[in-house]
Amino acid sequence: MTARYYWGLHLGLIALLFAGHFVLPAYQHGNVARIMVLAVYAMGYNIAFGYTGLLSLGHAMFFGAGMYGMGLLSYHFDAGALPAMAAGIVAGVVLSLVVGLLALRTAGVSFMIVTLMFSQALAMTLVYFRDITRGDEGFVIPSATRRLWGMDLSDEAHRYLIAWALFSVVLIFTLWLVRHRWGRVFVALRENEERASLLGYDAFRTKLGALVISGTISALSGAAYALLFGYAGATFAGVQYSIFPLLWVLLGGAGTVLGPFVGALFMFYLIDLSSGVTDAYMLIAGVALVLLTLFLPHGLVGEVKRRLWRDLP
Amino acid sequence: MDFGPYLMLAMLEGAVLASVLALMASGLSLVFGVMRVVNVAHGEFYMLGAVMAWAVTSFIGGGPALAFIAAAILAPLLVGGLAAVADMVILKRLNYDPERTIVATIGLLYILQQATLMTYGADARPVVPPFNHRIALPWVEWGEGGLSFYFPWGLSTTSYKLFVIGAAVVLIAALRLFMTRSKAGLIMRATQLDGEMATAFGIPVERVYAAVFGVGAGLAALAGVLIVPIQQAHYLMGGDALLLSFIVVIIGGLGSLAGTIVAAVLIGMSDGIISVFFSPTLAKILATLAVALVLVFRPQGLFGGKGR
Amino acid sequence: MSVILQTRGLSRSFSGLPAVHEVDFDLPQHEIRALIGPNGAGKTTFVSMLIGRLPPSSGSITFEGRDVTALPAPKRVGLGMAYTFQITSVFGKLTCHENVALAAMRRLGGDAKAVEAEVREALTRVGLADRAADVAGDLSYGHQRLLEIAMGLAQRPRLLILDEPTQGLAESEIADFKALIRALKAETTILLIEHNMSVVMELADRVTVLNFGEVLAEGTPQGIHASRAVQAAYLGTGTEEA
Repeated sequence: MTARYYWGLHLGLIALLFAGHFVLPAYQHGNVARIMVLAVYAMGYNIAFGYTGLLSLGHAMFFGAGMYGMGLLSYHFDAGALPAMAAGIVAGVVLSLVVGLLALRTAGVSFMIVTLMFSQALAMTLVYFRDITRGDEGFVIPSATRRLWGMDLSDEAHRYLIAWALFSVVLIFTLWLVRHRWGRVFVALRENEERASLLGYDAFRTKLGALVISGTISALSGAAYALLFGYAGATFAGVQYSIFPLLWVLLGGAGTVLGPFVGALFMFYLIDLSSGVTDAYMLIAGVALVLLTLFLPHGLVGEVKRRLWRDLP
Repeated sequence: MDFGPYLMLAMLEGAVLASVLALMASGLSLVFGVMRVVNVAHGEFYMLGAVMAWAVTSFIGGGPALAFIAAAILAPLLVGGLAAVADMVILKRLNYDPERTIVATIGLLYILQQATLMTYGADARPVVPPFNHRIALPWVEWGEGGLSFYFPWGLSTTSYKLFVIGAAVVLIAALRLFMTRSKAGLIMRATQLDGEMATAFGIPVERVYAAVFGVGAGLAALAGVLIVPIQQAHYLMGGDALLLSFIVVIIGGLGSLAGTIVAAVLIGMSDGIISVFFSPTLAKILATLAVALVLVFRPQGLFGGKGR
Repeated sequence: MSVILQTRGLSRSFSGLPAVHEVDFDLPQHEIRALIGPNGAGKTTFVSMLIGRLPPSSGSITFEGRDVTALPAPKRVGLGMAYTFQITSVFGKLTCHENVALAAMRRLGGDAKAVEAEVREALTRVGLADRAADVAGDLSYGHQRLLEIAMGLAQRPRLLILDEPTQGLAESEIADFKALIRALKAETTILLIEHNMSVVMELADRVTVLNFGEVLAEGTPQGIHASRAVQAAYLGTGTEEA
């Protein structure tokens, strides 16, 4: 299949989501806005896990760093939307760089546990310094921050469009990245690290690059989530939010550009529907994880790629 | 007489935590050592042990002692059986691939935790200890007038807490004897050294794995049963316990039973002591960071020998 | 002729046992050098140190006049060394095209056209041009070996180290391989670990014999073939090919 087809497919999704702004009923409209922001998080996670093979169990620290980098600047200093977002992104870059320099000295199971531990430490730190972070309760983002170029970001329509724009930019960036030689070297490292080193690629630096890109996109998503939906809380930095992107990416298809969105969409509605029935909605996530690892290890889009469209990026 | 007695009390509390932790972490370490599986659902087996202890003691009459003995036998058996089934239905079919098994055990964690929430509910419920005498603590001090003896002076522990420490020591000694002396233990260790070789010698590796996973979970459940008269049973109690056992197993050197026990004593005692004098959250943050750094810079653990 | 690769006193032992001991080795530019020796003579250990997969216990390695002993493998590859694995180590889930492209990309960077041309040329030279779209893991063992060689070629190395490249190849493929190496002689220097004596005799300018981790002999293929010491080393294992 030629490049025209997959550009068509991805741009088609973007167009479809734009059309959704005009036709979706209010409740779904709000849901899809949320899903698009969360899909950005999943796309960021996918760059580390899906493409580079770095299975992190601590990406919530990057999501949380973005959220709190943005939120604290807004909460304590009444920063505008752009400087606050910039602070969130910078927090993500710095944290992923530091974590990468340390955690990438390990691999496999150790890497999973180290990332989990770092993330736990950050989540507990957010709870501990409650004078600054408001601890478990979290805080509401002041309305002064939630204005951008004359738009009120608490308004449903503006919120959807900003989420859509962010989603589109990150989707296109991911598509570009994985076709670029960097993205191809990420895949080479995932498949056979020793061989890639002996082709002259510095494994550590490349993985560090992948992790920083991944962490930064995750932080961008965390910052945007707080900005658009108006709340920052320590739960977003907790273990559950490290498991979610893994779940979304596994369900949608690791190492595919569309997989994270598809996975986030399915899981969001699965949990949305089941939380109407029971408080134990995470049961669905648990069952999904087990069934996925057993029966659908490539995920939904991954199956399509494997069976029908092998060149799908 | 100011700082010393409180330190003694803190050490006693720490020893109780260390005992429970040593039991639970031994299970985690056993599973990792033999099967190379990082069982993220281990904390939930601990929680299930505590919840089942509540269930058994509330449905069996005949006084707290009898009910507790029934719980201490039934809960580990049921939880171990459940884990063995989970191994055969899920982990075996993943061929024990390290990363996929972690994802699957995360799934198992949520299934067990949320199923408990749906059935047992969100309340914390107590279990009556089989015996619970207050034991006032003596204190001896070298003062101006020579040796002085204070008793009672206000602080005390309970006979049940001392029993927990004793029980853990006996159980761990039994586990060690089982692993080093019994045929089943020998088979498990042979499988740990080389799964393929073990298969070649006719050891039914699949059944050994199911048994090991069951025994590991049973140890966690037993720890849960022991702790529930002190702490109440709650469906979210597995999380902290899992984190602490991870810390213990990593510090002790992944898969080494002796290292695990030394680390449990170290972590349990220091956690007990630190949380009496400092904020427990701060202690946890520092311990978590320290453990991550141990894995980064000394992956064989603080007490392990050369890296595996 | 200038020396492209030189080792002095290169040694490596594993838990006290020397696998390679005090090897002084000089490889002039544009030479095809064969490295032979009985199994366990330390050939793979030696070349693993050359490319940087294994740190030496002592001694030094100089490449184009520069001491590379402390450089990690990717840096050495960057300087113009290339290595093909004895046990095939291609990217099994990627296509042949992508395998070779990864080899070419490090040198050519983002120039897609140049990479494309390089990939086509390398695959054509080893006779895999019609397999470009196939997944590498689905290829036969012999074809995977050829793909390894194509990956070596696409790097345009100044020194190409081939670890038992003809193992598992059919006779016709070996003939093609010989022609390919002869053609490469103008472009690069080649160090060849080889068991197949006909390949050694026909291709090599000179032969180095390793035995028990030490250089036993060095000379022309004919001279080595006639050497009694070498024969003794091989006769110990019973066959000429060892």
